[in-house]
Amino acid sequence: MNAPLVSLNELSVHYPLGRRLIGAAPVLKAIDQVSLDIPKGSFFGLVGESGSGKTTLGRAILRAAPISGGHATYCDGEVDYDLGTIGKEQMRDYRKRAQLIFQDPYAALSPRMTVRDIIAEPLEVMGITKTREETDARVREIAAKCRLNLEHLRRFPHAFSGGQRQRISIARALVCGPKFVIADESVAALDVSIQADILNLLKSLQRELHLTFLFISHDLSVVAHVCDYVAVMYLGSIVEVAPTRELFATPRHPYTRALLSAIPSLDPDDTGQAQRLEGEVPSPASPPSGCRFHTRCPVVHDRCRRDIPHLQEADEGTSVACHFWRETLPG
Amino acid sequence: MTAAPLITVRDMTVRFRTDEGLITAVENVDFEIAPGEVLGLVGESGSGKSVTAKALMQLNAKNTVYDPESHIMLQVPDQPPLDVLSLKRERDMILVRGGAISMIFQEPMASFAPAITIGDQMVEQLRLHSDMSRKRAREISIEMLDRVGISDAAKRFAQYAFEFSGGMRQRAMIAMALSTKPKLLIADEPTTALDVTIQAQVIDLMKDLVAEFGMGILFITHDLGVIAQTADRVAVMYLGRIVETGPVREVIKNPAHPYTQGLLHALPRLDDLDAPLVPVAGDIPSPLERPPGCVFHTRCDRAIAGMCDTRTPEATTVVEGHEARCFDLTKGQEVA
Ligand SMILES: Nc1ncnc2c1ncn2[C@@H]1O[C@H](COP(=O)(O)OP(=O)(O)OP(=O)(O)O)[C@@H](O)[C@H]1O
Ligand SMILES: [Mg+2]
Repeated sequence: MNAPLVSLNELSVHYPLGRRLIGAAPVLKAIDQVSLDIPKGSFFGLVGESGSGKTTLGRAILRAAPISGGHATYCDGEVDYDLGTIGKEQMRDYRKRAQLIFQDPYAALSPRMTVRDIIAEPLEVMGITKTREETDARVREIAAKCRLNLEHLRRFPHAFSGGQRQRISIARALVCGPKFVIADESVAALDVSIQADILNLLKSLQRELHLTFLFISHDLSVVAHVCDYVAVMYLGSIVEVAPTRELFATPRHPYTRALLSAIPSLDPDDTGQAQRLEGEVPSPASPPSGCRFHTRCPVVHDRCRRDIPHLQEADEGTSVACHFWRETLPG
Repeated sequence: MTAAPLITVRDMTVRFRTDEGLITAVENVDFEIAPGEVLGLVGESGSGKSVTAKALMQLNAKNTVYDPESHIMLQVPDQPPLDVLSLKRERDMILVRGGAISMIFQEPMASFAPAITIGDQMVEQLRLHSDMSRKRAREISIEMLDRVGISDAAKRFAQYAFEFSGGMRQRAMIAMALSTKPKLLIADEPTTALDVTIQAQVIDLMKDLVAEFGMGILFITHDLGVIAQTADRVAVMYLGRIVETGPVREVIKNPAHPYTQGLLHALPRLDDLDAPLVPVAGDIPSPLERPPGCVFHTRCDRAIAGMCDTRTPEATTVVEGHEARCFDLTKGQEVA
């Protein structure tokens, strides 16, 4: 494992839920005490169901969500930032190094911007290029790398298909030369063929530009194919982290096992029914005591209702947050 | 197949009048669904799945044109057959909409009026199709909510859609669709907006309900895994044409059409993590530039010049019940 590029230590993002006159104000624990290392040069997957906190975690790393506790650091060999206390000047530099690929940035952009303008905007906002010629050269270079037709730079994005629009979003995120890129559900709305195309593009850009990716997705099959490591989230916590092969071969957390078996298999005879989870994810505003998964866990013990399990090293390079992972491992 | 089909679609072609001219959304489509049978309809976005489904209930927009040869026959056991496309008056449509046929949609929020309780909407729906008393309709609705796994159904009955979670809304919509005991259920991407663990629950539920009520289902999705888990037979759609159809096991294990093969190669499969993800070459043509001949020839590596770009392939039997429309399958025979 390479040294971490991004390192989280008991990182929390809590949002206040109204005020109270007496006692502590209630909070929504969107992210609660998450510890995680994202190795330099990795394609790191973050999976979980809706509301598990994946996007908030990504936003916290980019400092777009408030850090309410713990630490987050970014260290790429050139700079070393403590993201909780980072100053204005450093923040400006950090923005060039860490970028987000928006799923659909167009809603927030003027419809009169051409594809060229959309890709160029970050360069102009951050004052990276001095002249229009320099900007154009950078835009053309990254557009070519993202396999966009250069003829299209003068057009407007609304005329383009989902796949092409995603390429434009990728080019916009990469134009300022970041080292760390967060892709949040970048292929979620795409058809399988276009999805395959975009995934292949992300992987080749990673190699060519020596990027580190945090790949956020609800789709475990996609993550299984593109990521080196996977972290599984449930209700604001990480329940398991493992090298991809290891996670899919031997899921150690009961939630990971349930999640894997819920993926509809292409084999009609493999119904995965044995591991079915009951009910739905509880509200993060009133999470269960102890282990947050205990209300749905098929192998719950008394202790799980009381004690919060912490993410701990297991075996084969994996970490698990379960009191009983060893005992409940099938087979 | 022993039972007579519930619904038979023959030679259906659906076009839309638009400012850019007439657009073909569905072309020469044939299929049938028997009672208790689940037909999966799979295809990329814009391939015409929803237009096909809506045609069965005449729910397509006003600018729709059905070609004259198009035929949809609804045959409910012990009732006279109904020629769906010949129904012109709104009140005749009641026979199919929410009566013999029910539909559930991808976005359950859209199927419930926000200011009316779930229960009142279910009662309303039931009373529209029968002369049932309010009291009886209420009983049946609560029973149905309970049946789809909504706990505390009597309390939930009096709540509004916004008070339900996504998974619960989907269940409530299924309950409402099934309360009228339809013979045919059309499910258009019913699980796409759900998390996998909830999707798995809804799939189990739908399987149980088919076993219990014996209705036929047209199950639309772009997810082949969901098809494998729910359908008996599958029809693969590309640019408004059904290019391949057959038993789900057969089609997934032994796909015959280059497009179906392409879809399977692009799919990230959990049973082979080393397999590269291979996109189908080229882009999907715009509806305004519909390819002549085989609609897939512009993206097909096996296209035969002078043949695939001019003539439309007929359905060829691969094995009993499994058909594909591809000249490559008949090539050997024509040469011989
Ligand atoms: N009323 C209409 N007027 C014009 N074109 C229409 C109309 N309704 C549908 N279409 C077109 O018909 C084609 C097929 O659309 P349809 O909604 O059936 O696709 P689909 O397979 O259901 O796609 P998705 O997976 O995105 O739901 C599309 O090109 C669509 O834009
Ligand atoms: Mg549709």
